[in-house]
Amino acid sequence: MTHVLDPDALSRESRPVPAPLEPFADVTRSDAAFRAFLHGLPGVDQVGAEARAKVLGTRSIKTTAKAWAIDTAISMVDLTTLEGSDTPGKVRSLAAKARRPDPADLTCPSVAAVCVYGDLAGIAKDALAGTGINVAAVATAFPSGRASRAVKLADVRDAVANGADEIDMVIDRGAFLAGRYLDVFEEIVAVKEVCTRREGGSAHLKVILETGELVTLDNVRRASWLAMLAGGDFIKTSTGKVSPAATLPVCLVMLEAVRDFRAATGRQVGVKPAGGIRTTKDAVKHLVLINETAGADWLSPDWFRFGASSLLNDLLLQRQKLRTGHYSGPDHVSVD
Amino acid sequence: MTSPFEYAPAPESRSILDLKPSYGLFVDGEFTDGTGAPMKTLNPATEEVLAEVATGSEADVDRAVRAARRAFTRAWGPMRPADRGKYLFRIARLLQERAREFAVLESLDNGKPIRESRDVDVPLAAAHFFYHAGWADKLEHAGLGPAPRPLGVAGQVIPWNFPLLMLAWKIAPALATGNTVVLKPAETTPLTALLFAEVCQQADLPPGVVNIVTGAGDTGRAVINHPDVDKVAFTGSTAVGQSIARAVAGTHKRLTLELGGKAANIVFDDAPVDQAVEGIVRGIFFNQGHVCCAGSRLLVQESVHDEVVASLQRRIGTLRVGDPLDKNTDLGAINSAEQLERIRELVDVGEAEGAHRWQPDGELPDRGFWFKPTVFTDVSPAHRIARDEVFGPVLSVLTFRTPDEAVAKANNTTYGLSAGVWSEKGSRILAITDQLRAGVVWANTFNEFDPTSPFGGYKQSGYGREGGRQGLAAYLKGAEQ
Repeated sequence: MTHVLDPDALSRESRPVPAPLEPFADVTRSDAAFRAFLHGLPGVDQVGAEARAKVLGTRSIKTTAKAWAIDTAISMVDLTTLEGSDTPGKVRSLAAKARRPDPADLTCPSVAAVCVYGDLAGIAKDALAGTGINVAAVATAFPSGRASRAVKLADVRDAVANGADEIDMVIDRGAFLAGRYLDVFEEIVAVKEVCTRREGGSAHLKVILETGELVTLDNVRRASWLAMLAGGDFIKTSTGKVSPAATLPVCLVMLEAVRDFRAATGRQVGVKPAGGIRTTKDAVKHLVLINETAGADWLSPDWFRFGASSLLNDLLLQRQKLRTGHYSGPDHVSVD
Repeated sequence: MTSPFEYAPAPESRSILDLKPSYGLFVDGEFTDGTGAPMKTLNPATEEVLAEVATGSEADVDRAVRAARRAFTRAWGPMRPADRGKYLFRIARLLQERAREFAVLESLDNGKPIRESRDVDVPLAAAHFFYHAGWADKLEHAGLGPAPRPLGVAGQVIPWNFPLLMLAWKIAPALATGNTVVLKPAETTPLTALLFAEVCQQADLPPGVVNIVTGAGDTGRAVINHPDVDKVAFTGSTAVGQSIARAVAGTHKRLTLELGGKAANIVFDDAPVDQAVEGIVRGIFFNQGHVCCAGSRLLVQESVHDEVVASLQRRIGTLRVGDPLDKNTDLGAINSAEQLERIRELVDVGEAEGAHRWQPDGELPDRGFWFKPTVFTDVSPAHRIARDEVFGPVLSVLTFRTPDEAVAKANNTTYGLSAGVWSEKGSRILAITDQLRAGVVWANTFNEFDPTSPFGGYKQSGYGREGGRQGLAAYLKGAEQ
């Protein structure tokens, strides 16, 4: 059995790993080269990044802009339930909410995806059949990622076989913090490979960095680049099981990373903050952050998602407020 | 790139203001008429006349100085220092209570974005009063001698770029040290000083402690030349500062000058690029570049020049230029037609001298005074745009190859007010900072202000310090800095 924290893991696994996109094809040729590349990325000044996020947080989004922002935010929600107590009934009820978030208002958009544990992906898939709403499944020994690679890959295969359209994997933070970047890279590549379906096509791969455990913004930037070079379709902040989860400065650094990565390689990667985004105000701040950092190309559910559960109800309440001019209570939105 | 996410207008309401059609002088605790011909103050964003403001003649200034002298001898001078502190605390709290009113009025009269007047100017002005209020009864412990004494009457002349904040920088230390004040606000931005006069009344400040005499250059000259003024403090252009220094030479008056600048913002190749770009933007486009310590010369290491300039241009493309009262505006109006003319002139010179001008796309409003954020590349140290203070949203980009060259070029200016250093290497920051001849050096940030930190210049940027313990010395007898 291979364990990534085993120092001999690399040499035992001699399978060739595909090179990243040009112009970065050679940066993963050795552990040393990859470390030099990641540590050569421009640093992030934490005070400056926090100040920038704070200024963008003062943008005043009103009337028509607010209406657009709320609808866009709803369409970007990955409606999530990741509890030990999840049941098929709970997943079906969430799926119903995902299709029609506000039963009283048919103009309300549906959400982007429903996010569940892999064993419930099949239930979600059936419940969402024909809606265009994706099923996302967390895998790779979520949330800690502390299992052997074989187990993680089996976890992914299982979720894909259950019909997951998107896989939310966690990186091996232990290996990352120990400086074994190539291990982390290879694991993402390996997961990406098993996302491919036999009948053709491939599940979208979201790579969870768990920034609350990486702690520094320098690490966030390095992990973002690592995940993008390994072929991740999305980079995602957090599992939601570690605090702090998504914060604006972290999201800012990740948006800068996807912006710079596209400029260098031509490949666009999405961003998903998850955990801790509970209010419409928070969601709108994130949209402002996208608009003024990565740019308007990321303002769509194809390139930006909110991993959230309680956020949706606040968005719905604010949406009702804009339409009717008054606030309604929590009983005017459904409890999931 | 057009965005589907267009921010709807989010204007701050003017209704909080009680703008009067005309304003008098504030002398001896009362609003009185001026004897000079009144002048009009404009909203630079629309050219709308906001109010008529009195012009103080020599006789009016004399009245104000006599009131200040009386207040100094009878009320403010003899008062227990702790009581002076109480008045300053009261003023600081009133500034906070009326913050929105001050912010809206400042943006209307000056043209600066409400985001800046609300989040920077007004809170900092209040902070200056709070900070100096604390000093009022502790002056003998400031390390400025065992028994520092006030000078008497301070004549103060302030500029239009931060009307309320410069007033606070001047009045707060003067009052805390026991002096009384005759202050002349700038001709184009007198309104927040007059609102401040109302605050003085509201705080029950004894009459004559603060006198505000509005007017143009002649009024300012009368304040400075008045024989009974003991201390002159001026913030403004180097040319006017030099004429004041000549006028004050040979008199008993003490003088501090805070003049122009042409600050270098030095970006090394190991800088945190995204934050450096933010700092460059903040350095030159904060307050439309109407900042004496603006980072108007970007010195970027040649190896990262293209990358930094490209990021900078992309970032400038997201700046929102327009209505100063809109809460989402980043860049407001140029303060006056005269200043706009000067900016245009220097920008034309820059192009004629062969530098490459770049401006983002986008339309400017039809009415009012506006100038697009502008970046000049291929600038040589010999160009006028690399030497003269533009005092507008115009950045000159120069390059360097080694740390020594960066220092040499940064110091190669007749000014020396501020500088910035961007690097992730702490030892380099300390080494470079030590060699820069500038009063304030920021590391990995720019245009950060705090009342505890002294501010002032080298060379033609002036002399004397404002703020901090050092700033108190300028208003005390028997205190050397």
